[in-house]
Amino acid sequence: MIDLRGRHLISPNDLDLREISSIMSLAQSMQQNLSSYASLCRGKILATLFYEPSTRTKLSFESAMLRMGGNILGFSDASTTAVSKGESIADTIRVLDSYADIVVMRHPKEGAPKLAAQYSRVPLINGGDGGHQHPTQTLTDLLTIHMYLGRTTHLKVAFCGDLKYGRTVHSLIETLARYPGATFYLISPEELRLPPRLKEHLEQHSDCALIECRRMEEALPAVDILYMTRIQKERFFNEADYLRLKNSYVLDSEKLAQAKAGMLVMHPLPRVNEIAYEIDADPRAVYFRQAELGVYARMSLMAHLLGVDGL
Amino acid sequence: MIEVAAIKKGTVIDHIAAGQGLWIFNKLNLGQLGHPVVLLMNVPSKRLGKKDIIKIENYTDVDTAMLGLIGSSITVNIIENEHVVDKVPVFIPDEVRGLFSCGNPRCVTNSDAYVIPLFHLHDARSLAYVCEYCEEITKVAWK
Repeated sequence: MIDLRGRHLISPNDLDLREISSIMSLAQSMQQNLSSYASLCRGKILATLFYEPSTRTKLSFESAMLRMGGNILGFSDASTTAVSKGESIADTIRVLDSYADIVVMRHPKEGAPKLAAQYSRVPLINGGDGGHQHPTQTLTDLLTIHMYLGRTTHLKVAFCGDLKYGRTVHSLIETLARYPGATFYLISPEELRLPPRLKEHLEQHSDCALIECRRMEEALPAVDILYMTRIQKERFFNEADYLRLKNSYVLDSEKLAQAKAGMLVMHPLPRVNEIAYEIDADPRAVYFRQAELGVYARMSLMAHLLGVDGL
Repeated sequence: MIEVAAIKKGTVIDHIAAGQGLWIFNKLNLGQLGHPVVLLMNVPSKRLGKKDIIKIENYTDVDTAMLGLIGSSITVNIIENEHVVDKVPVFIPDEVRGLFSCGNPRCVTNSDAYVIPLFHLHDARSLAYVCEYCEEITKVAWK
């Protein structure tokens, strides 16, 4: 296990590919032999600071720590904390980091976890900040890809839906672009395209190919992975824009019939209507399994950042 | 033409584009310095046609990062015994802290009073800066 003790994880770029590989490797071992790790974090406390609603990420982190024998504390509604009285993030962290050994923070404001990490004395993990980054979802996605396809190189991946505010897309595409031979099909309405700066970064700093599409059918026959995302109501300032765009892309069996037999349908969840329920039974639909694997990815990450391996 | 006496010691910010002097005066909080300050506006200039000049007596610690963002024509002269003893270069800064706000309304720097916005130069030609926190680009547009 590579030593990541004391480090923060704010962006997937905080980890090099060797470090990601170490996290994947331990996560796979944890998945195969869960009971061996039941006491790994005994005496450790995870603080979950969720300033924005979350189901999967929060519970997945809590499950991950509990499965390693640790404890949890935290909040999931900032209106019940001193934050509602106007407390700054710096003040909150400077107090809470003495209550826990590791912290995960979700915040609607972009850059909030980076700010918090500047004041935290314990490892701080970004659990999603606005439309910016979601690095632990990326670790979850990479683990899913690795377990189903056996590789993370030379992948053809279609990202579909909200590529502008979709933080899971931003984190994953930036990470997959660091592996050789990636081709990305970007399927979105004009208004929800990948942010220009991220696109420019990918073009300048990787060998990936970027292909912009308006229709799913243009990409489906070619890709190894279809990564669907929800059009997120909470990211729009104007409800009329949300209503106009929310049904832009829906994956149904007719469209899926055009995809390769071994293609993966992934989704960070929650879904609304962008994947028809009829798809759930298709063996290519791995999104619920993906959510399950998120627990092992987060267990491995926390074990690395806490510097415990116990084996 | 109005005559203003030379200062013995201090700073002369010269070759300010006409009309920007008052704005710089306010942004640098020169009225709060407690030193004698003169703002000259619409002074005839060979190079600019018309220019503004600011003279600050007994003070040399001027924020050149801000001046670099405003215009490359500006010159900053340090005065001792009524003579220019140093010309401080004014250039577009690689890093800017606290001089402007992030253009991304979802950025934490626009909602948390504790944090000072910090930017890194992305493109000097368009004065585009990347936010340290949200990584969005803000183009500096004065006035």
